[in-house]
Amino acid sequence: MSIKHLTAAELVAAAGLCLFLACTLLAPWLAPYPPDQVVGFSWAAPSQSAWLGTDNLGRDLLSRLIWGTRISLVVTLAAALIAFALGVLLGFIAGLRGGWIDQLICRCSDVVMSIPTLIWALIVLSLLPKTLPMIILVLGLIEANRVMRVARSLAMDISTQGFVEVARLRGERLRWILWREIFPNALTVLLAEFAMRFIFIMLFLSALSFLGLGIQPPTPDWGGLARENKDGIIFGVWAALLPGLALACLAVCINVIVDGVLSRRSTPGARPRVPGLSAALPVSSAVDVQAADAEGVGEKNG
Amino acid sequence: MVSAWIDAARRPLPRLIGTRLALSLLMLLVVSMLIFAGIQLLPGDAASAILGQSATPAARQQLELRLGLDQPALSRYLSWLGGMLRGDFGVSFSSGQPIAAALAYRLNNTLFLAGCTALIAVPLALLIGLWSALHRGSVLDRGLNALTRAAVSLPEFFSGYLLILVFAIWLGWLPSSAAVFGEMPLSTRLYFIALPCFTLILAVLGHMANMTRAALLAIQQESYVETARLKGLSPWCVLRCHVLPNAWPPIINVIMLNLAYLIVGVVIVENVFVYPGLGQYMIDGISKRDIPVIQACGLVLAAVYIALNLLADLLSILANPRLRHVD
Repeated sequence: MSIKHLTAAELVAAAGLCLFLACTLLAPWLAPYPPDQVVGFSWAAPSQSAWLGTDNLGRDLLSRLIWGTRISLVVTLAAALIAFALGVLLGFIAGLRGGWIDQLICRCSDVVMSIPTLIWALIVLSLLPKTLPMIILVLGLIEANRVMRVARSLAMDISTQGFVEVARLRGERLRWILWREIFPNALTVLLAEFAMRFIFIMLFLSALSFLGLGIQPPTPDWGGLARENKDGIIFGVWAALLPGLALACLAVCINVIVDGVLSRRSTPGARPRVPGLSAALPVSSAVDVQAADAEGVGEKNG
Repeated sequence: MVSAWIDAARRPLPRLIGTRLALSLLMLLVVSMLIFAGIQLLPGDAASAILGQSATPAARQQLELRLGLDQPALSRYLSWLGGMLRGDFGVSFSSGQPIAAALAYRLNNTLFLAGCTALIAVPLALLIGLWSALHRGSVLDRGLNALTRAAVSLPEFFSGYLLILVFAIWLGWLPSSAAVFGEMPLSTRLYFIALPCFTLILAVLGHMANMTRAALLAIQQESYVETARLKGLSPWCVLRCHVLPNAWPPIINVIMLNLAYLIVGVVIVENVFVYPGLGQYMIDGISKRDIPVIQACGLVLAAVYIALNLLADLLSILANPRLRHVD
């Protein structure tokens, strides 16, 4: 696929994504100041030396935003990877094995799902030490549940296909079937789900940090930046809005790109590997028909 | 319709409702165990969480005695659960006051905020969804789609502060904090919660409208709708007699889920607007390490969430006879 085939929206989204990636990878070189250095008065207006102004303690806002992007995205990525590794594994096993393993996994998942994820996180993090690995672990474990649901239904769909039956009759082991038959066919949908999960974990993490239960100051992250600068709103300082805006921009960029990739995958030229699957399964963003079934909304924060 | 009646006679509805109710209660019981276990058994024990790492052993021991931490976990759980059932939520560590009264007041506030939001957002969402399903592909339809996508990824601490900045600071029309108190007359109260209400509407409206649209569109592609259209029924009649009855269950589901989200997920909005609701109470409890408050809030929020999900289940069963013999 060459650049010529991209739509304007996709080009902008790709550029935006590159910008966020650059911030994540190159924060120490891109940021004009270290994140903790005081460069002026608190909530100073944008100037030559501090392009976005300063924050509540007089630190350069742009630098903190860039460093915050790095921390937020790295933590989100780590949590999403944990959620996926665990969720996909459990989901595939549940979907493929069935029987009591399936029942056990599903009932546990029902319980976890029965109250919103934010409340779980609040309860669990209220006493745990709020270190980075702990936050990553908690987010990953909570979100693994929803990944598990998707992976399980995918595995059940795919395992009714002829080629899985053949592999089973051939006497292949479970691990081989999972890895060689189910996984490649589930990949497209799983990637779309990964992008969506990433957005939700990002929202989740910044909500926690905003409430003071996520990443702890002085480490900058998006939710924490909004929290630190929220009092400035009363004086008309918009510093608290910037992290939310950055988050929303990134989410829209990811959404546009995933939609683009998926719509190309399902064009007649590129035949989906499993007939009918691409039509029947959840694709793209959070606002999809499939989300209507029972799990949709709590997602955003819940 | 006839088959539905027969079916209802075969599997009496009360029994079905009873099963769902029992399941929900069971779920609540398990959740209560998890909440209790989560707080009592996790590493980082309560006493050192309250007193800090540098507490003297004597102070710790005294605190543990006061909290009843010398008892075994099971008996503590049972007495906690028993107290909950009698409406006794224990005593707050930080204020020394009984939790039940504060909890009732906070829950009331949260329900009021969520109720006001629902009263505006639900009819509006249904209308927008209906309209854009009927005018598929129009500018407004596509606009709605784009807006919904943007709104889903907009964190509330962004939209909330943006609204404060615009309406409270720049324009000066509305108050920036929603600090309501007991004897406020209704009109003042509504004036104070206008902005949080607006923020919440932004959060749920797009999703509900889009789901309504999707449900309607999915039904409109069914062959029986085409038949109805081909036999010359008016568009309104097709919608009313053939599309809507089948679209209700998914729509009800989405609405109830959004309501559940409203009541439970308002934590952030309450925090932004300093609204004395349940979510704010819980966050306060967490920052003061007030374990009984955290437990009580967690359990009440879980109960509300489970109850709304149960209601969604029951309403969609009632709205769609076919769902009655699914399981």
